[in-house]
Amino acid sequence: MTWLEANPVLAAIIRVALWVFPVLLAVPPMIWYERRLLSWMQDRIGPNRTGNITFSRSSRWVPGFLKGKKFGLKGVVQPLADGLKLIIKEDITPGSVDRFIYLVAPALALFPSFALGATIPWGPFKGLTPVADVNIGVLWILAISSLGVYGVVLSGYASNNKYSLLGGLRSSAQLISYELGMSMALAAICLATGSLKPTDIVEAQTGPLWGVVPGLANWNLFTPYGFVAGIIFFVCMVAETNRAPFDLPEAENELVAGYHTEYSSMRFAVFFMGEYAAMFVYSLIFSTVFLGGYHALPIDWQSLGEIAPGLSWVTHAMQNVDFWLSPVWLVGKAFALVTVYVWLRATLPRLRYDQLMSLGWKSLLPLATINTMVVALWMVVSRVYSPIAGVVAGLFGFGILYLLYRALNNLGIDRSKFLTSREIDLVDVPRSVA
Amino acid sequence: MQITPELMLFGGIASVAAAAAVGVVAFNNAVRSALCLVLNFFILAFIYFTLNAEMLGIMQIVVYTGAIMVLFLFVIMLLNLGAPQMLRDRDDPKTFAGIALGVVLFALLGSQLLPAFLAVTQPGAPKDFGAPQNLGRVLFTNYVIPFEAVSVLLLVGVVGSILLAKRKI
Repeated sequence: MTWLEANPVLAAIIRVALWVFPVLLAVPPMIWYERRLLSWMQDRIGPNRTGNITFSRSSRWVPGFLKGKKFGLKGVVQPLADGLKLIIKEDITPGSVDRFIYLVAPALALFPSFALGATIPWGPFKGLTPVADVNIGVLWILAISSLGVYGVVLSGYASNNKYSLLGGLRSSAQLISYELGMSMALAAICLATGSLKPTDIVEAQTGPLWGVVPGLANWNLFTPYGFVAGIIFFVCMVAETNRAPFDLPEAENELVAGYHTEYSSMRFAVFFMGEYAAMFVYSLIFSTVFLGGYHALPIDWQSLGEIAPGLSWVTHAMQNVDFWLSPVWLVGKAFALVTVYVWLRATLPRLRYDQLMSLGWKSLLPLATINTMVVALWMVVSRVYSPIAGVVAGLFGFGILYLLYRALNNLGIDRSKFLTSREIDLVDVPRSVA
Repeated sequence: MQITPELMLFGGIASVAAAAAVGVVAFNNAVRSALCLVLNFFILAFIYFTLNAEMLGIMQIVVYTGAIMVLFLFVIMLLNLGAPQMLRDRDDPKTFAGIALGVVLFALLGSQLLPAFLAVTQPGAPKDFGAPQNLGRVLFTNYVIPFEAVSVLLLVGVVGSILLAKRKI
């Protein structure tokens, strides 16, 4: 490591390469994974099993050891064919576009999704990761995610197409609205951690659970405030990446394809790649902030070894596994979150525009703000008195706020005016009658 | 003057920022001017980063690049200023006067600032200057009254915008 410290410029280049290439490499497997999982969830066999090869039993051209053999390619051919199609397709630039901005917009859409995670550590390897371990890491994530608007808005504007412009405007309204909920959710975690560095946030998540239970690690998702913040952050990150059910910018039944209607071939592929890279990077951020980062399990092996000295060989081995395979755990968590993304896409219908706005502004933002206030109370009480008093104060705060919410919600709002739900009876017609 | 890596980095970043600043006034198309301003603000943040003022840089990106310029761009796009040719006015004596005054201003500022800048070889704030912790401590102790006054100002802004947007409440 002294060699790296002696060459800061080279070290910086290595750090950037260690960030950009893994994210770039994660995109094709993600596309394959999404297509396969989605087709499995939706009961479509196409992308799930494309490219199965069955060799002939009788042909002279097939060597003997291959005769009659079957090879399942698990649908790998589908994304390969997709990629090939995008590359060899004609690249059409419509005549009346704003040419320079039209060409720059895909790059602007791709940039934030890579720059976003520059402060996310792959593992406990100082000097190699993260790209920049600065004391404003979380703010950097928020700042760069706010730049995502430009790619979308400019592609919509430059295309000189009404549908593109509407898609771009919708998307920017969506991105700006969900930015707020996201930043308030992260603010709660930063308050609890006392630092804006992602490395410190990961470090803080190895402490005892709720500051009380030794042996178990304090993953933010397992604390009451972290659970609330985590759900808010997840909803916001789905909205920020323009994924279903928040994919209004590309609602094809209303806007053709939204902001990338006029893009074809590789330029469209760049948007596509940006979206998937952003999904992956946001999943990495979620894992870092809420799921203990690069640690495998929510167990603090060090303190467990001190509690039960008889098990010290297990805890020691696990500490080593935890340390050396840390990027594997982080990527594993990220892929679990990508699974949730796909799951949401397969399950939920697209939101209406007013539903989207009211979810962001009337539900997530107040909830995240209240959550931040409760965290502040919890932290003050646990520092001044004791961690257990902090837990009690925190739960008390949540209880009061829940009652307040119920009280306000029942105040002067006639619920019967809204059609909140409807029931449909599905009649099972017997096969013989049909 | 010694050429250091910091100086080369600064030179690269600053020349992009300066080019973008020229672009803001040089382009006829309002959207392109606005984009140049975005680039300028964004690059400026990186100059702050190289000076160890990370908080300032990130605030530059969050506030100017991420929020204010998006609004600018929106307004320009919604106004739909039409073809750039309509905005061009040829042979306007004001242009030359403007250029001449600009050069004079630049020379004046340069003559005063350049010697001071040339003396500096390793610019940079102290390590924890403007760190979030220090900033928060100062904001909530020495400057708590101005800070709260600004929050009241923001509240007035919010109430005013609601009043303008919704005539009937």
